[in-house]
Amino acid sequence: MENPLIRLAGVNKWYSQFHVLRDIDLEVKPGERIVVCGPSGSGKSTMIRCINGLEAYEQGLITVAGEPVAQDDDRIEAIRQRVGMVFQNFNLFPHLSILDNLTLGPIKLKRVPRVAAEARAMELLERVHIGHQARKFPNQLSGGQQQRVAIARALAMEPQVMLFDEPTSALDPEMVKEVLDVMIELAGTGMTMICVTHEMGFARAVADRVVFMADGAIAEIGTPDSFFEAPRTERARQFIQQVIH
Amino acid sequence: MTDAATLPAGRARPSSASPNAPLGRIVSWLRRRIFASWRDAALSFAVAAVLGGIAWAIVPWALFDATWSGASRADCTGTGACWAFVTAKASQFVYGFYPPAERWRANIAFALLVVGLIWLMVPRLPGKRHAALFMMVVLPVATFLLLHGGFGGLAVVPSDQWGGLLLTMILAVSGITFSLPFGVLFALGRRSRMPLIRWFCIGFIEFCRGVPFLTVLFMAIVMLPFFLPSGTKPDPLALAVVGIIFYEAAYMAEVVRGGLQALPKGQYEAAMAIGFGYWRTMLHIILPQAVRKVVPGVVNTTISLLKNTTLVMVVGLFDLLNIVSAGVSDPLWAGSQAEGYFIVGLVFWLMSFGLSCYSRAIEAGFARAERS
Repeated sequence: MENPLIRLAGVNKWYSQFHVLRDIDLEVKPGERIVVCGPSGSGKSTMIRCINGLEAYEQGLITVAGEPVAQDDDRIEAIRQRVGMVFQNFNLFPHLSILDNLTLGPIKLKRVPRVAAEARAMELLERVHIGHQARKFPNQLSGGQQQRVAIARALAMEPQVMLFDEPTSALDPEMVKEVLDVMIELAGTGMTMICVTHEMGFARAVADRVVFMADGAIAEIGTPDSFFEAPRTERARQFIQQVIH
Repeated sequence: MTDAATLPAGRARPSSASPNAPLGRIVSWLRRRIFASWRDAALSFAVAAVLGGIAWAIVPWALFDATWSGASRADCTGTGACWAFVTAKASQFVYGFYPPAERWRANIAFALLVVGLIWLMVPRLPGKRHAALFMMVVLPVATFLLLHGGFGGLAVVPSDQWGGLLLTMILAVSGITFSLPFGVLFALGRRSRMPLIRWFCIGFIEFCRGVPFLTVLFMAIVMLPFFLPSGTKPDPLALAVVGIIFYEAAYMAEVVRGGLQALPKGQYEAAMAIGFGYWRTMLHIILPQAVRKVVPGVVNTTISLLKNTTLVMVVGLFDLLNIVSAGVSDPLWAGSQAEGYFIVGLVFWLMSFGLSCYSRAIEAGFARAERS
């Protein structure tokens, strides 16, 4: 069996008294596409934010390509370069043009020459269908366009895995599809993806496995078909009924 | 005041003349902005009367009745200003007691400053990074070497002979150039996760903000000699420069901190997620945004810094204000206070107004760039 690209083993996390993550065990193989879902407050976002060290965890071990993830470790910055992240609120840098949003990381961190970085950035912007907006600033774009830029910005660092933290939750309904389409195209390239999302259509279309979380623990893991057609837990049944009206 | 948009229909009727004819436009503008109602008209006239009164008092004194040249106050026989005082003392006001034969060195320093300012401030000129480097490294070093001399056949001119506008500019430019970078460092230190650094920065900032600048200067000139090897005296100019930079840096730090706190957490997280460490995150993501948010506050502090430079008279330096005070007490020119302080006020006002114009241009530039 292939070595897992990402491994969470016995991960526990507390916010003072509150137990946010309980004994999380999860292995993600290269090229695998995972959708994480569950009721709000179940620890989904916290879990994926632990994978690139945006949150610290108290117990257990997370590794990315064999490297342990620890927030105070000097190696965390190298790990973050290999783990792309897309946020709910896009978090583009408003003082930089779209193009500069994409090239800043490669130029400053990977020492890519500007010309090469810009060529690569334009390629990525074409891929997310936004090439003609490269010289604009983030505030001039719609939410859906900004989120596609955010995906391209993460890809510009050539990550081994992409984390999506509710990428469509802050979007107006008519813009959800354009972002999901880009994510589906990305899945088609063989990128390893972990997506926290409530978009069940997306889960069915691309996920290899669906991870269902409740109360900080992983309650169920299964293929999209088995999870949606025959959930094993009552919590999952309730949840599926609520998201698929 | 009443605005056309808030007027009831009918009162803001366009003038009968064609709105495109210049005369028609002027008439229509006057009706809308000056004489829209009898109350507006009364207010407009009152303000005009006050402004006219001020001009009536100053213009004849400053221009029509003024005496422009002469060798002493006795030559000023008119009722107006005695500008002869200013023209006679002009070179002293600009250079202080800098030896007249060496004043070309000060002129070169002034020219370097103008070159640096134009390079930095005109948006179309390229290489802003080099311009900043020029202002922060080349200009101070070159100015000091030029003015001080002592090499290549240049006579040494000790700093107690530097004075006037030259000295004011040295204090102001070095203060403005260095207080912002140090202020940024103190602001970052105040938010540091390392307690010793945080406590030091908080202590420093609160000390500077809690003590009058005059006190700091006095203490430095009186107390520093106790800590230095006996016989060495601190150079008052160096003391004043360092004092201004750090004292104002404390104020800058608080202004910058306001900008740092206004940034959403997502900006830090996005930078971290890409793999930026602390310094790169600050340099490329956080500070550029934070400083843009606080341009008005930075300029405000800069203007107060500029005016605080006049306090260096307590350590025996002859800046522009102090040298004019000295000139006023010259028996030949006794009674020229009004002229002297009018000029000092005018020079400081021009510099401050220039700074505020520049700041508004910067803000407009940022607004254009982000279109937010």
